[in-house]
Amino acid sequence: MTEATTAKRAQLKPPISNVGVVGWLYTNLFSTWYNSLLTIIMLLMLAWSVPPLFQWAFVDSLWNSSAAACRDIDGACWSVIPNNFRFIILGFFPEGQEWRPILAMVLLLGLVIYSKERSRWKKSLAWLWLINLIVMGTLMYGGVLGMPVVETAQWSGLPLTLILSFFGMIVAYPLGILLALGRRSKLPAIKTLCVVYIEMIRGVPLISLLFMSSIMFPLFLPEGVTIDKVLRALVAIILFAAAYIAEVVRGGLQAMPRGQYEAADSLGLNYSNTMRLVILPQALKIVIPPSVGVLLSVFKDTSLVVIIALYDVLKTTMVTLSNPEWAGYSKESYIFLALLYFCFCYAMSSYSRRLEKELHTGH
Amino acid sequence: MKHKIPPTSTKPIEAAVPFWRDAGKRAIAFQIVALFIVSGASYYLFSNTQANLARQSIATGFGFWGKEASFEIGESLIRYSAADTYARALLVGALNTLKVSFIGIILTTILGSLVGIARLSSNWLVSKVAGSFIELMQNIPVLLQLFFWYAVFYESFPSPRQALNPIKGVFLCNRGFIFAIPETHSAHAVMGWMFLAVLVGGWFLNRWGYQRQELTGRPFPAGRITAALALFLPLLIWALYGAPTAMNIPELRGFNFTGGLTVSPEFGALLLGLVLYTSAFVAEIVRAGIQSINRGQIEAAKAIALRPGQVLRLVIIPQALRVIIPPLTSQMLNLTKNSSLAVAIGYADFVAVANTTINQTGQAIEGVAMIMVVYLFFSLTTSVFMNWYNKHMALVER
Repeated sequence: MTEATTAKRAQLKPPISNVGVVGWLYTNLFSTWYNSLLTIIMLLMLAWSVPPLFQWAFVDSLWNSSAAACRDIDGACWSVIPNNFRFIILGFFPEGQEWRPILAMVLLLGLVIYSKERSRWKKSLAWLWLINLIVMGTLMYGGVLGMPVVETAQWSGLPLTLILSFFGMIVAYPLGILLALGRRSKLPAIKTLCVVYIEMIRGVPLISLLFMSSIMFPLFLPEGVTIDKVLRALVAIILFAAAYIAEVVRGGLQAMPRGQYEAADSLGLNYSNTMRLVILPQALKIVIPPSVGVLLSVFKDTSLVVIIALYDVLKTTMVTLSNPEWAGYSKESYIFLALLYFCFCYAMSSYSRRLEKELHTGH
Repeated sequence: MKHKIPPTSTKPIEAAVPFWRDAGKRAIAFQIVALFIVSGASYYLFSNTQANLARQSIATGFGFWGKEASFEIGESLIRYSAADTYARALLVGALNTLKVSFIGIILTTILGSLVGIARLSSNWLVSKVAGSFIELMQNIPVLLQLFFWYAVFYESFPSPRQALNPIKGVFLCNRGFIFAIPETHSAHAVMGWMFLAVLVGGWFLNRWGYQRQELTGRPFPAGRITAALALFLPLLIWALYGAPTAMNIPELRGFNFTGGLTVSPEFGALLLGLVLYTSAFVAEIVRAGIQSINRGQIEAAKAIALRPGQVLRLVIIPQALRVIIPPLTSQMLNLTKNSSLAVAIGYADFVAVANTTINQTGQAIEGVAMIMVVYLFFSLTTSVFMNWYNKHMALVER
């Protein structure tokens, strides 16, 4: 065919079933008979379930009313949230001092958002985190700069959830790295200790460790010595998370080619320098995305402290619901809480996926 | 030792190497120190504990197993009353844990596989709905989900008197989900045994069919024959016994239902929460497993004229399973471990019973140790199975 003949022939439009809305519908929803059937079943199910839910949540609902007004409606009583917002989020933190936990949370979340960019991952960032954690701790505990002391028993709500998960994760990480190195060690005694520890912790539910921290740990201490409840739960979470981090880090260590070890050996580096300068920087880079995954599950798992009666954000919600005035609006409160957790967790998991893509510099 | 300096002829040099520069000796010293620290710390904690227990006059040992438990347990697979021993109460708890885990694992595998396959569907709507389900379930703590479903059960459902009755013989109320079951009849046991016998026979038939195909190249539809027999033979027995159709229909007596089978709100909420949460993770595993198969494999299978069903059964599934099974097992283990959250909504699983035991006897150490041992037992059995399976399924390479 020559140029001339093509030019003469009028450009045919693609068939209607291939382009535009119809084309999209055809390829994505009705391509085969069973796809059409599936689509119709799905649409019927959505039509059956969504409108009543919508009616309940948005049409028949009250958003900011008194508890008494809620008794007369069929829909959702979202008013339970604004009316108890302060208690759900901050719990028993003393009146008039609310700015302290709020500032601490803002600092933490600000730093988390700041740390997202990989170009900012430098040594100074680690120092910034350390300073931030100290400032957070000071803000929460007080006792300096004219801030009255707030005992940890009064730490509750969202700040407690954030402190347990972030402090827990940050302390657990180095411990996890040590455990992973121990598990890969050639020294039989060290290796056995680490393997036993990791497998034991991973084999039992977190709740048994929390029980241990709350009811068994006091028996371990010499007479007269007590450690407060929040710290004990934090220790349990750290011990738990460290075992999982160790497995994640071990994955990274195993992925290192032998040549890296041999090259470090041939340079005459000793064990600690080999690890510090050659192996760990590369291995840890690989395991950042799964580490975010561990942080995510630790964040979700902190909700288990409810069972040992720490007042995290789930427990403060339950306390609100035990108030006869607001009893019976559990669904609304739990949906609000689920939304709160979802925002945090979804941000973390999509960040982890993004990092995975960015860091995947292999072939 | 690998790093030992090779022996040299000149003795003075070897002697000049001090022991802290000898990697071998240093390793031994390091391990001794580590062991010393660990055992020292353990001894310290142990002696503190001894002193504390003596001071608070808490009994030690498992003597309480034989004592009367004197607490009721809401639901139990075996006969139990408050007059039974702690040992029996703990057994009831362990069986309840096994019950919720077993049913949960089956339902999770089914739902997770369906959602995982749906996620890969070419149908946009199905894929998006599956995707939203996965994201939603993965990102909400399982404990919160349990509380939510429990709240739905006891807040939204009416009292037994106004129970919802969608189909005849099925009731939904805040006492649980109650439905009719066939009246026990001697035929049922025979049907069950027949079913098992067909399954065992089918296994041998399948093996024989496979061997015949290896020898002669003619396939034998063992699977279909087994399925048909498994359906038909029990029905035949049922008919031979006079087709008993009597049903045990639940009835409202006073404030609650009698008869039928009741799924308590605690069990229902626990099962629902665990299944929905875990199946989201299973779905992702199944999706990754199916996606891990090289397109060339599917094209090759089509090129040798396998039908779509055969491609799936003979090429895709065997290879995908190899990728899917290990993480799947760890999810199943997670489900079992998460079933310990039952204690928060009042289902009498092992942790809940052990917790009550601790509160009554004060023997925290034994209680927590029992919880750990039971779950470690589950984990170790699973990993033994996993190792066996991995060996069994490992790719035999040239």
